[in-house]
Amino acid sequence: MSGPKATILTNDETRRALTRIAHEIIERNKGAEQLALIGIHTRGIPLALRLAAKLAELEGVDVPTGRLDITLYRDDLTEVAHQPIIRDTQVPFDISQRRVILVDDVLYTGRTVRAALDALIDLGRPAGIQLAVLVDRGHRELPIRADYVGKNLPTARGELVKVRLHETDGVDSVELWDLEDVK
Amino acid sequence: MSTVSAPTRPRHLLDFQDWSPERLTALLDNADTMLQVLDRPVKKVPALQGLTVCTAFFENSTRTRTSFELAARRMSADVLTFAAGSSSVSKGESLRDTVEVLTAYKVDAYIVRHHAAGAAHLVARYSGKPVINAGDGRRAHPTQALLDAYTVRQEYGSLEGKKVAIIGDIRHSRVARSNAELLPKLGAEVVLCGPATLLPADLAALPGVTLTSDPRAAVRGAHAVMALRLQKERMGGGFLASLPEYADTYQVNEALMQHAESGAIVLHPGPMNRDLEISSEAADGPRSRILRQVENGQAVRMSVLYHLLVGRA
Repeated sequence: MSGPKATILTNDETRRALTRIAHEIIERNKGAEQLALIGIHTRGIPLALRLAAKLAELEGVDVPTGRLDITLYRDDLTEVAHQPIIRDTQVPFDISQRRVILVDDVLYTGRTVRAALDALIDLGRPAGIQLAVLVDRGHRELPIRADYVGKNLPTARGELVKVRLHETDGVDSVELWDLEDVK
Repeated sequence: MSTVSAPTRPRHLLDFQDWSPERLTALLDNADTMLQVLDRPVKKVPALQGLTVCTAFFENSTRTRTSFELAARRMSADVLTFAAGSSSVSKGESLRDTVEVLTAYKVDAYIVRHHAAGAAHLVARYSGKPVINAGDGRRAHPTQALLDAYTVRQEYGSLEGKKVAIIGDIRHSRVARSNAELLPKLGAEVVLCGPATLLPADLAALPGVTLTSDPRAAVRGAHAVMALRLQKERMGGGFLASLPEYADTYQVNEALMQHAESGAIVLHPGPMNRDLEISSEAADGPRSRILRQVENGQAVRMSVLYHLLVGRA
C-alpha cells in the first residue's frame, strides 16, 4: 500500500476547523440554547462531542449530544457485499422543539444524510435540522448541502477521503488517497 | 461501514446447522437495536421496504404468525398471509404447487409453519427464496429458541456458563429440540427433564445437553427454568398415568423453583396450560419472563428478517 496523495487537514487544522464551525453555529443560531448535536456513526460521534465541548467553552451552555446509526435507513444496502452491523442509536433527550445539528465526517453522495434525516424524524419533530461536516468532497446524488463545512475538497470518484480522529484512530488528520492504493 | 464479514451468510433459518456462534451472537446483538425501535414513537424502519414476505402457515398459530407479521411490517416489508385452511390446500393442492404459485406472485421470502418435519426445507427448495422455519412438526422452531436465548441473555448479560432447565413433554416439543441445539452453541448448559416416556434418549447425544427425569435435579443450579406445554392431544398413547400425577411431579411452581439458583427466571413458550405444567403463581410471579419473551420475540424476528433479507432478497 502506497501513501496518501495529499494531507488535507493536519491535527491543528482539524482543531481550527472545528473551532470555526462552533463559532458559526453560535452566530447562526444566536447562541447555543435549544440546540442538540447528533453524531452519525462512526466518526460523527466524536466530532459532535468536540463541538459540544467547544460550545460549552464559548457559550457556557451544555448542548445535549446523541448518536445515530442509520443502517436500517440506508437505501443502498443491496450494494453492500456483507451484512452491515447495526450499532447503537442513543438520543437520550427529547428532540422536539430543538434545533438539531447532524454531524458527520465526510459529506459525499448525500445518501447517508438522507437516511439520517429519516431516522431523526422517526425519533421526534425537531424545530429544525442543520448539517455540519468536517469535509465536503462533492459528488452529490441528492439535493443536500451542509450548513457548516470544515473543508471544501474537490475530489474525483476514484479517490478516498480518509478521516482519522484521536478518539477512533489515535490521531487527527484528513488525507486524500487513490482508491486503488487503499487495499 | 463495519460488516459481518463471514463469507457464508446463511440463506435460510431452518435450524441452527449453518449458523455459527458468531453469527448467532450478531443476530441477538441486532435484536437489541430492534427492541429500541419498538420503544420509539414510530415503531418502524424502512430496511425491508419493497420486499414481500409470505407467512405460509399450514398449521394453526396465533402468536407466532402475529409476531412474524408484525416484525415484517415493522421492517416495512409487505406481508402476504397464506392460511392453508382457507386455501386450495384444502382442495388437495400439493405443497410444491402452492409454493410455486406463491413464488409467481414475486414473494421474496417465506415464513413457514407445517405439521410435517422438513416442510420448510421443501419450501426452500421449490421457491429458491430465503425461508424461515416457524415450526415443522416436532423437529425445530428456531425463532422460539432464539427469543428464549435472548431473554436469558437479557437477564444475565451472557449465556456463557448459564444453565437452562427445560421441563415437560420433550418428546413432542420442537421448542425443546431447537433450544437443545442453540443454547450450547452460545455457551449455555441444557438439562431436558420429563417423564421417561416423554424423554427421547437420542437427545443426550447433543453436546451440552443432559437428560433427567428428576425435576429437582434438573433445576438445581439453573438460571432459567422453562415449562413446556403438555400437548394433551398427544397424550393418548399411554405416555402418562394421569394429568394430576404429572402436575404433581413436573409442574414448574414456586416449590420447585426453590431448588434453582436464587433469582432464576421462569419461561414458557406458550400457550400455557395454567396449573398443569406451570402454576399460575409461577406464570404471573416476579420470576416470570413469559410476557418479556413475547416482546422479545418480535425484536428477534425483526433481526432474523434483517439478517436473511437485507442486501440479498
